Amino acid sequence: MSDIAVPTAKPRSFLETLEIDLRLLGMVGAFIVICLYFHFDTGGRFLTPRNIFNLTIQTVSVAIMATGMVFIIVTRHIDLSVGALLATCSAVMAMMQTQWLPQTLGLGLGHPLIPWLAILTGLVTGAVVGAFHGYLVGYLMIPAFIVTLGGLLVWRNVAWYLTSGQTIGPLDPTFRQFGGINGTLGQTGSWVVGILCTLAALAALWNARRNKARHGFPVKPLWAEGVLAAVIGIAILGFVAILNAYQVPERVLARNFAARGEEMPEGFTAAYGLPISVLVLIFVAIGMTLIARRTRLGRYIFATGGNPDAAELSGINTRLLTVKVFALMGALCALSAVVASARLSNHSNDIGTLDELRVIAAAVIGGTALAGGLGTIHGAILGALIMQSLQSGMAMVNVDAPLQNIVVGAVLVAAVLIDIIYRRRTGAK
Amino acid sequence: MTTPLVEMNDICISFGGVHAVDHVSVDLMPGEVVGLLGHNGAGKSTLIKILSGAYQKDSGDITINGKKVEINNPRDARALNIETIYQTLALADNLDAASNLFLGRELVTAFGFVDEDAMEAETRKIMARLNPNFQKFSEPVSALSGGQRQSVAIARAVYFDAKILIMDEPTAALGPHETQMVSELIQQLKAEGIGIFLISHDIHDVMELCDRASVMKNGKLVGTVDVKDVTDDDLLGMIILGKQPGQAA
Repeated sequence: MSDIAVPTAKPRSFLETLEIDLRLLGMVGAFIVICLYFHFDTGGRFLTPRNIFNLTIQTVSVAIMATGMVFIIVTRHIDLSVGALLATCSAVMAMMQTQWLPQTLGLGLGHPLIPWLAILTGLVTGAVVGAFHGYLVGYLMIPAFIVTLGGLLVWRNVAWYLTSGQTIGPLDPTFRQFGGINGTLGQTGSWVVGILCTLAALAALWNARRNKARHGFPVKPLWAEGVLAAVIGIAILGFVAILNAYQVPERVLARNFAARGEEMPEGFTAAYGLPISVLVLIFVAIGMTLIARRTRLGRYIFATGGNPDAAELSGINTRLLTVKVFALMGALCALSAVVASARLSNHSNDIGTLDELRVIAAAVIGGTALAGGLGTIHGAILGALIMQSLQSGMAMVNVDAPLQNIVVGAVLVAAVLIDIIYRRRTGAK
Repeated sequence: MTTPLVEMNDICISFGGVHAVDHVSVDLMPGEVVGLLGHNGAGKSTLIKILSGAYQKDSGDITINGKKVEINNPRDARALNIETIYQTLALADNLDAASNLFLGRELVTAFGFVDEDAMEAETRKIMARLNPNFQKFSEPVSALSGGQRQSVAIARAVYFDAKILIMDEPTAALGPHETQMVSELIQQLKAEGIGIFLISHDIHDVMELCDRASVMKNGKLVGTVDVKDVTDDDLLGMIILGKQPGQAA
């Protein structure tokens, strides 16, 4: 809200001055409540470095796809095929690294190029299949629901066909590093990444403020920027500190030393630190947020979701835009396939089953409106985290499996209801 | 005689057997305001949407400054400096005023990222000229009043050096004060040599603002007249009965 013409504007509350989205704050609050509840119910086992580490690596696959689903839903479409497409990409990458590259092309197992060529092929597969879905939706005008419902059946079974239904493994050791516990940055590396992230966030805050000031727009008071910067810094560095507190068990260390033919020094310890898969998610989150907020593509996605006719009349090629959005979703499915299959260290026939529902639920819990035009990347990631926490928390307190799904389903519906009530109260659309 | 800015010759378009526009020809000179009149469903909006690229004509041709052009989509029309203010305003309700003003033509920084602050600064400048009371720059346009939304749509059309401006019922949602502002704006744009097609239901508006008026009925052109030569009743007769001025009923 501009205060230029009305210098005597009513005094603003603490939160208004910080310009924090109340909706986001509500979600963070809900997340904290869930965490604390399970922490006490499990007698202090939930908020341990080990469990937080596991929680983050379990969330990554769904969270990566949820960021793409935000764009799909914002443009008033839906993608029911993400779990199946993940399986096809995973099958292609598994076959690439165990059969086609080493045997058909004769690179030999263990060739250093194998994991990278496999990932590249997977990404291309995902993007091409996604673009094809987008073409069917955008140019041939088949509803996305139908195209991707068909896609769910097709790609789930293309994966089956490619692998003859077998579990394909073990995957390449370098490839497996993208899975989580098999590939972490260690203590020093994690601190470096954490500090770089904090500095980048502070630079972005400072830059935004300077730009606003240059055009003579009102800016937040300095103390408000300071509070925001402190919150961001503590959150990032605190997260790194927690992951760094998760020590590699002694027997694992001993085994690693033994594998290299060395003796483990007395009192040697090492921490896992930031998993590479989480780093991938961080890159995806930053990249997708930049696309959403700072590129024409992102503008057009949100404009098309808000009013497709207006977007078309403004000269936006909405058909091509649909192809791009679905292609991006496909590529993100492939990236999730890397993380998911690397975590399991093999490709199994049922990989990604029901992921489409988790991904859609994460995006929706994260505030993406199915009517289109509204949604945020960080919301979707938080949505994925909330769902995963509920699921693991309930498993830890021994809630029966059917009850777990009943609760998650009810939470999804309740979250949307709360969102509708909140938007009605605040008068937002 | 100068070359007409726009000539639309013998334009036809039909939707499923209905001849929405049936062999219609209209033209527009630089610095001229031509009113398009007719009942609902007479084909005025359809005709104009062919010029703005929203619809593709079945036959006929369009010349701009004497050169024959093909307008296949709104991008083509914009490239020819044809700007349109739609009756529905065509705003993305979830975005703010600056995003709507620059939709499809965003200002970008040296790195190719959208420059939000520069766009807001430009928007503040043009809105200061068009509607000095306008202050809601960071809210989505769904939070604006009808008049404010209209001024965003008008700002979008005049910001980008329009040579040809199409206004579809520009005052339909406005109060008396804002209507007056639109009238003044039309006079000002006319003086700058911009040609304007003004679609209106209001004969009074047309008599006051337009140089010529083309009247349509049932997809056909009834006739084009100089507003100086006709009375309100003549125009009404053309709209309702489809008869030429001076012709007996």
